[in-house]
Amino acid sequence: MNRTKPGTLLTYGALVIGALITLFPYYQLAVMASNTTADIYSSPPRFWFGGHLFENVGEVFAKVDFFGSVLNTLVVAIATTVLVLFFDSLAAFTFAKYDFPGGNVLFAVLLATFVVPTQLAAIPQFDLMAKFGLVGSLNALIIPAAANAFGIFWMRQYARGAISDEVLEAARVDGASFFRTYLSVGLPVLRPALAFLGIFTFVNAWNDYLWPLVVLIDSNNTTLQVALSQLNGLYMQDYAVVMAGTLVAIVPLVIVFLIGARHFISNISAGAVKG
Amino acid sequence: MNRRWRYLPQYLAIAPFFVLFAIFGVYPVVYSLWLSFQRWNGVSEMKFVGLENFRFLLTDSVFWESIGNTLVIWVMSTIPMLVLSVLVALGLNSSVRHKGFLRVAYFLPNVTSIVAMSLVFGSFFSNEFGVLNWFLGLLGVDPVQWLTDPWAIRIAISVMIIWRWTGYNAIILLAGLQALPQDVYEAAKLDGAGPVQTFFRVTLPLLRPVLLFSVVMSAIGGLQIFTESQILLGDRGGPEGAGMTMVLYFYNTAFADNDFGYGAAIAWGIFVVVVLFSILNWRLVQRPDGGGK
Repeated sequence: MNRTKPGTLLTYGALVIGALITLFPYYQLAVMASNTTADIYSSPPRFWFGGHLFENVGEVFAKVDFFGSVLNTLVVAIATTVLVLFFDSLAAFTFAKYDFPGGNVLFAVLLATFVVPTQLAAIPQFDLMAKFGLVGSLNALIIPAAANAFGIFWMRQYARGAISDEVLEAARVDGASFFRTYLSVGLPVLRPALAFLGIFTFVNAWNDYLWPLVVLIDSNNTTLQVALSQLNGLYMQDYAVVMAGTLVAIVPLVIVFLIGARHFISNISAGAVKG
Repeated sequence: MNRRWRYLPQYLAIAPFFVLFAIFGVYPVVYSLWLSFQRWNGVSEMKFVGLENFRFLLTDSVFWESIGNTLVIWVMSTIPMLVLSVLVALGLNSSVRHKGFLRVAYFLPNVTSIVAMSLVFGSFFSNEFGVLNWFLGLLGVDPVQWLTDPWAIRIAISVMIIWRWTGYNAIILLAGLQALPQDVYEAAKLDGAGPVQTFFRVTLPLLRPVLLFSVVMSAIGGLQIFTESQILLGDRGGPEGAGMTMVLYFYNTAFADNDFGYGAAIAWGIFVVVVLFSILNWRLVQRPDGGGK
């Protein structure tokens, strides 16, 4: 290869500086979480790690039921992801590959549901949850999120091209039932699409804040985001502890994201250009 | 098999979404229209008040200010964000090394919890010990009261939105850049166009559809801003309500004050703003000189 051109080097330098600025909040979060509050409230600010990380994290778990929140968030995120992947892929497979009376109309209805803003439904949803006795329950987070229009729409686009009609026909001739065909022909082919939608759903469920804040009110059963907000409200004076909690809240998600990052990012860009 | 039941498996397969949407989408929207004509705190008897909620909404200065704040924050975040995204996308589209790492680094903020990062940024914006004021001090600038001055508050929220969305939009614009036809660039080169000229005359016009996609997406998200304000400034949106956004006002009225009737009216007010904004966006996309497919 030729020598790198000076222009490219300059671009590279600018991109790296931009990336460092982007990543700085993560770095500084780790710095604050490992120092004492007195160290954080000092001038000039600390930019290097201290030795108090485990002590701070320990305090988080002692002060609020952070362990329960981590567990709750995991349950909600995993349950939502599994349900969404199953219901969305099943519906997408059906819409993509089967003609049935009313199919097109129903798909148009599904697209129309995109325009319903979340606030319009929020108060009656809360009222419904109260009537079902689900206020304060994790089911109030999982059930309404178990299937969604975006996932069905997105996966149908994928399924239309990816699943071959010949294989479907062969399965039909072999006498495979509809559900059997979905399991043995549909699902394996949809695997890349499932990976993307899975990460997407998990991340959103993990980070969701407004609805959990509303529906888990006055309960000890919180998700991580609500617990973080409470931790901040109760222990604002103890900033190192709040930062340690924040660190605990984002690390699992960052790991999940990094595992699938390349695949995930290429799907985001592919969707945008096609759409 | 009985003809009538022939498509039963297909209907069952798509049923979960429609059942959930009927319960948690259709019914709530209809019910919220009903609620907007009531006075109700969720516990005691509902009272029909006619159009009173809407009459109050039209004269409610907090609601109008929340619309203003939301739009101001949207503009102050979207314009710098788009400029930065285009720059990052152009950089990533050139032959630099470590592209994979850079893409992940720029994208990471988009998947990180807003609550968590609002707390981190909250420390940056601290008046006395914040990183930002320390840095401004190095440059000889007086400390800014980030979380008390009304305009500084709006800038602080915008900064967080820019941080969160620049990488996401850069990735989308990058995909747009990679899809551009190469022969146009060769023609521009033959005509002796420099890099800057090529960018403004060739790249930017061709990129317009993707840019508009970014604008539309950022409008959809921007009108829903809530968490940054609520975490940094609390339910009332901070001093002079400078950080009071439409959704925060809705949350505040409905779920902090338990005013369900008026909350429902605010939700419909937000809906009208969103629809008007979408029509504006749509007309932008439909302009005959390019854009919409």
